[in-house]
Amino acid sequence: MTAPPLDDVALDHTAQNDPAVRTAQEDRLRAVWKPPAGLFLRWSDVNNNRVGIWYTLTAFVFMLFAGVLALVMRAQLAVPDNDLVSANTFNQLFTLHGSMMMFLFAVPMFEAVSIILLPQLLGARDLPFPRLSAFGYWSFLIGGVFVGGSIFFNVAPDGGWFMYPPLTTRTDLSGLGADIWMLGLSFIEVSSVAAAVELIVGVLKCRPPGMRLNLMPLYAWYILVVAVMILFAFPPLIAGDVLFEMERLLDWPFFDAARGGDPLLWQHLFWIFGHPEVYIIFLPSIALFAMLIPTFSQRHLLGYPWIVLAAVGTAFLSFGLWVHHMFATGLPKISLAFFSAASEAVAIPTGVQIFCFIATLWAGRVIWSTPLLYATGSLAIFVIGGLTGVMVAVAPFDWQAHDTYFIVAHLHYVLLGGTLLPLFGGLYYYWPLVTGKKLSDRLGRIAFWVMFAGANLAFFPMHFSGLMGMPRRVFTYPAELGLGGLNMASTIGAFLFAAGVALVCVDLCLSPTRKKGKRNPWNAGTLEWLAHPEDEDWGIRSVPLIESRYPIWDQPGFVEKVDEGRFFLPDAEEGRRETIVTTVLDARPLQVVRLGTPSFKPMFTAIALGGVFILTTYHLYWAALGCGVTTLAMILWWLWTGTAEIPEKAGKSIGHGLTIPLYISGPSSSGWWAMFITMMADATAFSGLVFGYYFFWTIHPEFPPAGPGMDGPGAFWPMAALALVLAGWAATLVARIIHARGQVSAARGLLAFGILASLASLAAGLAGPWLTDLRPTLHVYPAIVWTLAIWTTAHSGIGAIMQAYALARSLAGRMPPAYDADLHNITVYQHFLALTAIVAYATIGLFPAAA
Amino acid sequence: MKRGIGHRVRELKVTLWTLIVPPTLWAAHFLFSYLWAAISCEKVGYFARFPITFAVGTGLALVLIVASGLIAWAQTRTPGTPAPHDGGTDIDRLRFIAYSTMLLAGLSFVAVVFTAIPVMLIGDCR
Repeated sequence: MTAPPLDDVALDHTAQNDPAVRTAQEDRLRAVWKPPAGLFLRWSDVNNNRVGIWYTLTAFVFMLFAGVLALVMRAQLAVPDNDLVSANTFNQLFTLHGSMMMFLFAVPMFEAVSIILLPQLLGARDLPFPRLSAFGYWSFLIGGVFVGGSIFFNVAPDGGWFMYPPLTTRTDLSGLGADIWMLGLSFIEVSSVAAAVELIVGVLKCRPPGMRLNLMPLYAWYILVVAVMILFAFPPLIAGDVLFEMERLLDWPFFDAARGGDPLLWQHLFWIFGHPEVYIIFLPSIALFAMLIPTFSQRHLLGYPWIVLAAVGTAFLSFGLWVHHMFATGLPKISLAFFSAASEAVAIPTGVQIFCFIATLWAGRVIWSTPLLYATGSLAIFVIGGLTGVMVAVAPFDWQAHDTYFIVAHLHYVLLGGTLLPLFGGLYYYWPLVTGKKLSDRLGRIAFWVMFAGANLAFFPMHFSGLMGMPRRVFTYPAELGLGGLNMASTIGAFLFAAGVALVCVDLCLSPTRKKGKRNPWNAGTLEWLAHPEDEDWGIRSVPLIESRYPIWDQPGFVEKVDEGRFFLPDAEEGRRETIVTTVLDARPLQVVRLGTPSFKPMFTAIALGGVFILTTYHLYWAALGCGVTTLAMILWWLWTGTAEIPEKAGKSIGHGLTIPLYISGPSSSGWWAMFITMMADATAFSGLVFGYYFFWTIHPEFPPAGPGMDGPGAFWPMAALALVLAGWAATLVARIIHARGQVSAARGLLAFGILASLASLAAGLAGPWLTDLRPTLHVYPAIVWTLAIWTTAHSGIGAIMQAYALARSLAGRMPPAYDADLHNITVYQHFLALTAIVAYATIGLFPAAA
Repeated sequence: MKRGIGHRVRELKVTLWTLIVPPTLWAAHFLFSYLWAAISCEKVGYFARFPITFAVGTGLALVLIVASGLIAWAQTRTPGTPAPHDGGTDIDRLRFIAYSTMLLAGLSFVAVVFTAIPVMLIGDCR
């Protein structure tokens, strides 16, 4: 069924003229979207308006906690030769401060805010996978408490937020903290990738009819770009974490130079994540500006395509910057110069968007509200950080400033101006959207000026203390260096800043005592302001037809039409939670998708998965394995009962004579996209491991090395494994094609064959390194070969589970030929598996002979 | 004849994938430059001043970026709707993606030139 052209839709409102009809619709919608109540049941909620708020509050609390850690550090550094905390505690403080601010505040905060805002911005009732959002939240909470709480037991990670080996891989130099960092944060990375999948599919597939790509709110553009960046930035770190834990737990020498490893590999993998990370947290905050600046300029944003250029351009260039964190490692100057060049180039798109904002303000009639004060103030701070950024992008300057407080000053200017203060601006702007009440203008302005003064007083002197030679991450300094005054200023500034944050917290705490305000208090033009102060859980009364970038301003009678249900899907006749799925480019309606309802399954799955990571930290491998099996069972149960449900009828009317299907499969469905996007992330992690293999090849004159325990895995077994993977892949692909033609029995046979092929490839893939007796603790070559083999065979195993799942669905009558989304989705997995196997087995089987 | 080419260019499909063609070319060129320098420095021990592979690779990347920019430029001039081209029509959507692609081509061109400059200035592995 193709998407009907929207131009032909006559917006016929007569049915909605009857108030009784509207009230009945509202009652049905209200009943369907009623949140679970009760002390325990309420935590089973999955609706974005609840989960998003939990998520935001949790990230906010982690931010406050990490901020307190910073205050302790500043108190320690206030005077020379201070002994408030020990060197060991200080190490834990700065490591946890950085790690929590990055992993537990900045990234999750963007995801949390997006989970609240995105459905509102897109006129959707919810994101496409509400239970996945809930799963992401519970994973985040468990992982965050685990990592953050470690400091109370004096076992917090203490190796710096980048965890450089060999300090952190040698178990005699670093204790449990390194494992807590690796495993706890890996768990959170899983939840970040889950959120990225949710947000990308949300932006691409859940826009309201008529909201073509060129009418999308810029916030959605930024979210799309940032979520894609997460897909390519986090997986290399996950790959690095895998290697890192293999070294710590099993003594496989990836970063041990004595046995052929190289600590620089970790730095590469970490910073391939770490630099895009800076833009991952910066762009969403800038996206808030792109929403509030047009509102307070009372005009459309100028240069819409230029902003898209800035977002997409920054996203790409940010992946060419990572080595500028490694300028001092002795890489060839030519390599440094490439990254220096890209670091300078990224200033262009960053500048472009700031000029767009300034031009919009210039051309508009500006209302100097509190949120705008935060926006402009943070731009000023950010620009200072940007300028020092251009300075440290110049390698010779960086050699002078590296690991000094100059860098601390630079990065805090960037992060305060580019992330934290914009978020406070967003808080003042969007608080009425969430609670129906404005925050205090007066307190907000006072807090802003206190924070603005505090930030500058804290961080500006650090430029000087850094240039005078004060090193980072050292717990004290001698009085003779003459740094006492500058450090005292920084400490006073830090506490001043904290006082500003405390004022904001007071303002938030006073909010429940205030009266509800009016709807759309800032007279904004974008869809999210349809939200009513008297909160309804259904998201939006009817899904509008969009004809402008600022529909509330430009489309006559827009708000009334939405409220009176005169647009699409104004009802929930079948008592199901629903939203509309549309096409990627032009947002033509494709499907009414039934959404997940409240359930404890996401929470229990997160607990089980958390068990895997947390128990592994304490070397309780059997218990961790038990949790792993439980996680798998939970996921299968969740999928079996909650996804690809066959609807009671083929299509459903969404009003105005449009009837669209309730079930679609293949590349136009949201599930297919989710699988595709997840596998992009998976393939990126895999390429991180392959990068490791070839990295070791470049640094060793002889690779693979000769000698006992290092001669393998030969060509035979890898090629046999590859042939078996391809057989399983072909069987699945053909099964999907003939299944669609109605040859169900033959398709089942092929799936059964595919399971056997996948399992056989698992055995054959491991047989290569096993039978040639590759000993992974001996040298990095056998270790990386084993890692590639294990990664690929594990994927074969998962492939077999998926094939078995599809076969079982078919046998249970849950996957007839017309409803074959499961088969489509596992075929996507098989495509990626085939690609992984080709690269992995060609590398370990054929490359040694070629080299 | 020229109008015929312009017309045919406008018929080319424009999607989110075509939007990222220019920056993808930058990324490919960047990766190529980095690997070329890293492998020749580690494995060969030196690279000749401004070697031919690098020049050809850079030239190719620039030509492709300019080509994608020109195609996008032709598409931004698709006639049929009134200015300011921010409405909900097929043509405005096409013009928007084409315009953004053209801007990205400009940025990618500059970024590729930025990457090439060090090779001209440094020229060895120290």
